[in-house]
Amino acid sequence: MMSRVHSYIWTAIFVLLMAAGGYATILRFVFGLGAATNLTDQFPWGLWIGFDVLCGVGLAAGGFTLVAAVHIFNIERYKPILRPAILTAFLGYLLVCAALMFDLGRPWRIWHPLVMWNHHSVMFEVGWCVTLYTTVLALEFSPVVFEKLGWKAPLDAIHAISVPLMILGVVLSTLHQSSLGTLYLIVPEKLHPLWYSPMLPFFFFISSIAVGLAMTIFESWHSSRAFGRQLELPLLQGMGRVLAVILSFYLVLRFADLAQRGSLKYATDGTVESWLFLLEIGLMLLAALLLFQNRINQSPSALYGCAVLTVFGFVTNRMNVSITGIERASGAHYIPRWSEVAVTLAIVAFGFAVFRLAVKNLPIFSEA
Amino acid sequence: MARAILYDSTLCIGCRECEKACSAKWGLPYDDSISKEEKLSAHKLTTIRTFGERFSRKLCMNCNEPTCASVCPVGAFTKTALGPVVYDAEKCMGCRYCMEACPFQVPTYEWDKPIAPRVRKCDMCFDRQTAGKVTACTEACPVQATINGERDALVAEARKRLADKPKDYYQKIYGLEEVGGTSVLMLSAVPFEQIGLNVNLPHTALPPLTMQVLNMIPDIVAAGGVLLGGIFWLTHRKNAVARAERPARARTPGLADEVLASGRKR
Repeated sequence: MMSRVHSYIWTAIFVLLMAAGGYATILRFVFGLGAATNLTDQFPWGLWIGFDVLCGVGLAAGGFTLVAAVHIFNIERYKPILRPAILTAFLGYLLVCAALMFDLGRPWRIWHPLVMWNHHSVMFEVGWCVTLYTTVLALEFSPVVFEKLGWKAPLDAIHAISVPLMILGVVLSTLHQSSLGTLYLIVPEKLHPLWYSPMLPFFFFISSIAVGLAMTIFESWHSSRAFGRQLELPLLQGMGRVLAVILSFYLVLRFADLAQRGSLKYATDGTVESWLFLLEIGLMLLAALLLFQNRINQSPSALYGCAVLTVFGFVTNRMNVSITGIERASGAHYIPRWSEVAVTLAIVAFGFAVFRLAVKNLPIFSEA
Repeated sequence: MARAILYDSTLCIGCRECEKACSAKWGLPYDDSISKEEKLSAHKLTTIRTFGERFSRKLCMNCNEPTCASVCPVGAFTKTALGPVVYDAEKCMGCRYCMEACPFQVPTYEWDKPIAPRVRKCDMCFDRQTAGKVTACTEACPVQATINGERDALVAEARKRLADKPKDYYQKIYGLEEVGGTSVLMLSAVPFEQIGLNVNLPHTALPPLTMQVLNMIPDIVAAGGVLLGGIFWLTHRKNAVARAERPARARTPGLADEVLASGRKR
């Protein structure tokens, strides 16, 4: 009974989000970006770039992290959660592409960077990485579909190229995760010194690995509850330990970099920037400290909590780089319009729904 | 030879004839209410800004090493040999990285167009200058606060003004070195920040900041591929060794097993 009520509530929320997103979509494509967003000439990148693209790509990082762990480092015990991680990454990238269709002024020209090259442009690299890695993810995910359909030949074909494919995927991810940080290297005079650093590409890469692991813990926990599966506790514990180490490494580097650039003083100067910086760091620091406790490591819910803290810390970081850190120098105050939020929520809800459908109908958790 | 614009704010009387001529040149509407908008927008590619008694002009600086041209993924911006930085709307997909990256916050967007919005910015009248004419704003200026000519000649002229009337000028030329130098130069009676110019810009061009990272990509791909391939080979060889060292089972040994076995015997 309870579960039926729950399911009704979730369905209602889903329908509501889709309706709002649909209305916002009409606004966007009938009346233009000006009517659907609060973007201005002073502030041309908002929520769709800051959250949908920067966070979307980061949250998909579990895919390449686990592919590297299982197939390249040959840590076979993580195999049971490899497929859900690849599915998340694939969906994540498809949704990033969807978000780009909203944000680009002329979305039907999204293929232009593939034929009109400007190798000086980070955005050119980003365009190629998105295209190639989405293709790689489609191929990495395809065996699930072929198994379901019982198609032997394509399955063998994918298997034959799987090793170079996986190496290519990891290399592309490394480039793409870091390139989103490289995007901001060109604005030394705009981005606040708490975030601007020549190390941005490296920071984006390291934090993406952390959030990739956090997302894998996150979805393992949710999937186990939603589908009544046993939780792979030893696996989660292992990931929790690695996550703690990576977070610590990341935080030490961030502080060393801030100190070296003489920017630590901005962290406590009482500005909006300083508070949001402390929030971002605080969330990740708390996650790292908790994950080092044995007691936390024994409990799936506590591990899940730490994963959520990491994800929030990560999202705060990306929003800080793309929005908080740019506002002062741009002289504009940006708060997303309701329609920007509606599109973002609809995209996220759509992602959850497709994940659920895929897990119910495809051999995601039940690989031989 | 590269052409440039010299704007001398000490001569400017704020009549806004440059705005009017610019709008006419681009076929944009211009009236009293637009003249009062003291900011760049898709329908106003140059503007006079008022700072108390003083005036300041804003227009695309047409940088020597333009950030917009460097960041555009489809190469829609080109720095011409003549000096102007021109924009090709036919390539543009609307990512707006040029707007995000421009150190002068110049490019604007046609936010209200649902179909085919364009980035708009001054291109220093590339068409007129190609035809040997001066820019529309230069032609319209009744007091020669804006003049148009060879960049070297204009830099010399600016230096002469600073030297001739040291009391009337803040002793610097804006645009001489900002982000590696620009094709628009400005003079002022007061420090530039007092007439709304950004003085926190590096004096070297911005594009190398991202170029030096992008240049590492071929190495990252090569080294990453080899490294990951090597790790793959190592980690999987351990498995093969473990299998080979296991007591013989009822199976035909594969090629790898034979190679490994012979290696061990030697």
